[in-house]
Amino acid sequence: MQAAEPSIFAKVKPQAPLLSVKGLSKCYGSRIGCADVSFDLWPGEVLGIVGESGSGKSTLLSCLAGHLAPDTGEVIFATASGPRDTVTMSEPERRRLARTDWAFVHQNPRDGLRMGVTAGGNVGERLMAVGARHYGTIRHAATDWLGRVEIDAGRIDDRPSAFSGGMQQRLQIARNLVTGPRLVFMDEPTGGLDVSVQARLLDLLRGLVREMGLSAIIVTHDLAVVRLLADRLMVMKSGHVVEQGLTDQVLDDPQHAYTQLLVSSVLQV
Amino acid sequence: MIRIDNLSKSFTLHNQGGAVIPVMQGASLHVGAGECVALVGASGAGKSTLMRMVWGNYLAASGSINVGGLDLVTATPREILALRREVLGYVSQFLRVVPRVPTVDVVAEPLLTLGMPQAQARARAETLLERLNIPRRLWSLSPTTFSGGEQQRVNIARGFAHPYPALLLDEPTASLDAANREVVLQLVEEAKARGAAILGIFHDEAARNRLCDRFVDVTRFTPQVAA
Repeated sequence: MQAAEPSIFAKVKPQAPLLSVKGLSKCYGSRIGCADVSFDLWPGEVLGIVGESGSGKSTLLSCLAGHLAPDTGEVIFATASGPRDTVTMSEPERRRLARTDWAFVHQNPRDGLRMGVTAGGNVGERLMAVGARHYGTIRHAATDWLGRVEIDAGRIDDRPSAFSGGMQQRLQIARNLVTGPRLVFMDEPTGGLDVSVQARLLDLLRGLVREMGLSAIIVTHDLAVVRLLADRLMVMKSGHVVEQGLTDQVLDDPQHAYTQLLVSSVLQV
Repeated sequence: MIRIDNLSKSFTLHNQGGAVIPVMQGASLHVGAGECVALVGASGAGKSTLMRMVWGNYLAASGSINVGGLDLVTATPREILALRREVLGYVSQFLRVVPRVPTVDVVAEPLLTLGMPQAQARARAETLLERLNIPRRLWSLSPTTFSGGEQQRVNIARGFAHPYPALLLDEPTASLDAANREVVLQLVEEAKARGAAILGIFHDEAARNRLCDRFVDVTRFTPQVAA
């Protein structure tokens, strides 16, 4: 009866968190952006952040990704050379992280793509930013990634402005993932897409998380999306994290008044 | 393998005047390896609540739930995720999947998550789908458009893909015809034979009598309302 017991926890314990956030706060004047947020994200984990508009989700994501400087707190990332606080590191170092170990998928693909450059160029550019120089290799990697996000290879020389919204979003994901990041920040990645494209994108993201072992932090207001995609969930209200835990536990047995309201407000299809 | 001690649970409904509803008190049970235990009791007595606490999507107020050496009441989300990946399987009544994913991949997913090569995981998934009489022409389609009984069988195939040491079964034979019901009963018997600890809810009385070594009546865990 005890035979199978010790096996798994030996494997789980020794790792260190990929990202460790401690006491993160950001105010806009006297208004609270986000306040005293702390959590650990482990390799291969997907964390969902939900909450109503203005609850501080995007502020938090921007602080984590280094787009905004927090007022207080630490964001410790396990870099190749050991844990480092990304809030206090120099701007060039943070930018290097942003184009190697990190990726950021914007809600609006136009914010994450260069609209005047071809699809292949958009993907290849990120590779060149980390030192790839051989044209054939870059082109090959770009073609491979367009295929993975289900964009026809024949469209490689088209500009994103000629793509539909869903294709642009998939192109943005390809551009972000081509360099094999370890952590992806996503701001409403499926917002504004029609549901059939959403489903394909969800499947794509799940496959990538599984195959590449990447971790992701996803901000969304869509509870159905987090249920299918996120391992863990954080609920925000007025800048504060009011509840966090396993995704299905938070959704099925919400403890905080606001989470109960949120979960019971979803329309059934 | 599964041991529950003095478990209690209540719901607090903040948006309905803060009503506190105690639903379980002093629940204790134990399921050994190779054993199948049925939860019985009238509808609303708390069978599903207890099952969900073991799965970890309901929080307990006090007590302990030990599965394979981990106490779910105090475990971190990460430990529960690892437990679900490797030790604890769950066949729920409803199939919840990403739309448009082919059935064969839905069934293979738990194996892929454990790092099994794709070809091998798919082969295992196909064997199970074949056994559960899901027509081959449906394997490449998403199960979201399947009939209730077909979805149920896809769910069962997924739940039995990996040989979990502990299994939770919620009405595995509901909405199945006689032939498929028999296949499911055999799958459960094989799981018992390889040493899995199984905790289940079976409204199908014949199935319950055939599979289960013991019954636990959850009515005795229902808090007595002070009249």
